[in-house]
Amino acid sequence: MNEILSAPYVLEYTYTRSTGPVVGRFLENLRYEVLEGVKTADGRVLCPPLEYDEEGEPTTGEFVPLRPSGTVKSWSWVQEPRKGHPFDRPFAWALIQIDGTDNAMVHAVDAGKAKRMKTGMRVRLRWADEKNGTIRDIACFEPIAPFLPGPVHLEYDVNPGKHYTAYLRGLQEGKFIGGRDPEAGKVYVPPRGADPMTGNPTSEYVEVADVGVLTTFTIIRIPFEGQKLTPPYCFGAIVLDGADTPIYHLISGVPHDDIRMGMRVKAKWKPQDEWETSLENILYFEPTGEPDAPFDSYKEHL
Amino acid sequence: MRDVAIVSFSQLPSVKAIEAADEPELVQPVTSDAMKQVGLTQDDIGFTCSGSTDYLPGRPFSFVAAVDGLKAWPPLRESHVEMDGAFALYEAWVRLMHGDIDTALVFSFGKSSLGPVPDVLNLQNDPYYVQPLGLDSISAAALQAQAMIDARKATERDFAEVVARNRKSAADNPNAQIKGDFSVDEMLQEPYISSPLRKSFCPPLSDSAAAIVLAAGDAAKKLVNRPAWIRGFDHRTEPHALGQRDLTTSPSTKLAAEKAGVGQGKVDVAELHAPFAHQEIILREAMGLGDGVSVNPSGGALAANSLMTAGLIRFGEAANRVLSGDADRAVAHTTNGVCLQHNLVAVLEGE
Repeated sequence: MNEILSAPYVLEYTYTRSTGPVVGRFLENLRYEVLEGVKTADGRVLCPPLEYDEEGEPTTGEFVPLRPSGTVKSWSWVQEPRKGHPFDRPFAWALIQIDGTDNAMVHAVDAGKAKRMKTGMRVRLRWADEKNGTIRDIACFEPIAPFLPGPVHLEYDVNPGKHYTAYLRGLQEGKFIGGRDPEAGKVYVPPRGADPMTGNPTSEYVEVADVGVLTTFTIIRIPFEGQKLTPPYCFGAIVLDGADTPIYHLISGVPHDDIRMGMRVKAKWKPQDEWETSLENILYFEPTGEPDAPFDSYKEHL
Repeated sequence: MRDVAIVSFSQLPSVKAIEAADEPELVQPVTSDAMKQVGLTQDDIGFTCSGSTDYLPGRPFSFVAAVDGLKAWPPLRESHVEMDGAFALYEAWVRLMHGDIDTALVFSFGKSSLGPVPDVLNLQNDPYYVQPLGLDSISAAALQAQAMIDARKATERDFAEVVARNRKSAADNPNAQIKGDFSVDEMLQEPYISSPLRKSFCPPLSDSAAAIVLAAGDAAKKLVNRPAWIRGFDHRTEPHALGQRDLTTSPSTKLAAEKAGVGQGKVDVAELHAPFAHQEIILREAMGLGDGVSVNPSGGALAANSLMTAGLIRFGEAANRVLSGDADRAVAHTTNGVCLQHNLVAVLEGE
């Protein structure tokens, strides 16, 4: 019975505003994509133009055409815009000093992400598609990137050659294939056309194990452009049993603190029905649990 | 110049929403209490002045209705400012200088809970260049805070430390809304509302009302043992457009503080109306308040922020510390407009 009554209520004023010769000229010109500032008595240029400067002096009425670009003097990133904001996606508010002026304009910057915002950054004006003689005829400003787009796109057909083809075909069948010069006896995985120690062709193919020794490794903790994995992750050099050169792959299935040189590791294969002619058939190498290989047994391969 | 003093102060606790009260219902408890504290009734008051804004309740001329909370017959000498009640206090102080009356009642009320305050405050912005963009009050303050960071005058951690100190001080204030121990590190993990402002760097929105009785000369001495004498009082304003100002400084506060004589003696307590954390840093620098000054022992506007009332409450809190003898010399400050555009500073003294 004593509950307080409550009801929604909307307050609107449908006023129109007269603009006068300074503000009116500026806003009217926006319709035609013309940006102007006004000169003050002491020679400064104000954009947006004012009738009086902060000294109380009337501005001169002399308008100056401006390039539609400027510099951000301060900014605020809005991740979740409010109703009434100029965008319904994340954007920045900014104070923008238009080139050739001495004050700053409040407006929005469509930068996509907060990381692109910085005081001192250069921005260019973007005009609204539909204009009605208000400040919103300027849709927003957008960053001027200090880079030229310079994409290169060339299409090739590549083939890996005879020996690498043998290696990749081996992987498709779940095998590691190496190449050997029968005279020197060294096994190169992947196989090469020649033994670089002798210069002789590696004329024989041999299968090596998918188990081997982790000879060295690194743990990647920093992000970089184009990275496919989320740091931290471990990348290692593995000399497979029967091979004389290492292959490189991810080391996983073990805490990073426990990874060590000499650790015995085994390939973790994808399910067989997903095998292709690719090293990606192996997800990573993981410890076998066998005792570590002594340093002397792999020091030649470092 | 006549000696004029604050002799009593009353406020409603600041809370998120006082639902069961319209304007007269907010005003009556604080005005009657402020007068009762010093044994006065409305008939003894020479001049009554209030500060509020109709945009908070969304009701044009709501301040006229507020008079119903007073005894208004026979008719009152009354005035109103569309500003914080502290500016009504200034008008009453000026009115007392005429010398024909000795007492004044000042009050203000703010119900922030009824409407979208950050959007309502966009109406303070330039109607040609800024208002149509929808610049809410938090985003405007954020442009100022970022300018502070860019100028290397403060860091986000400094902002959080201001908040932690104010809200810790507010723990002893029964009228504060948000108070207690707040972790600086946890505040720094909050998402941004408008960067670099996180929720805690912004004030709460409160409903409240407050009233102060002013008395001049001997009348003040008769009402209380130790009046809080207003020894200096000044307010200054800056250009409206944000793009015409250096937002990292407050020249209007600096000048008002000089004119009010803030630097002419030791300041024991300062109650600063800094709704956003970074603004306290700007105000302290502008007034030259060092580490020895107890700033916002009440918790300030970061702990309780009833719009149009939070400034008058700064005067009441500062005066109470002088009236009680806890402080000999106090500074009270109120701001108005976007990003500290307009600032009012007073010095209150016990002797």
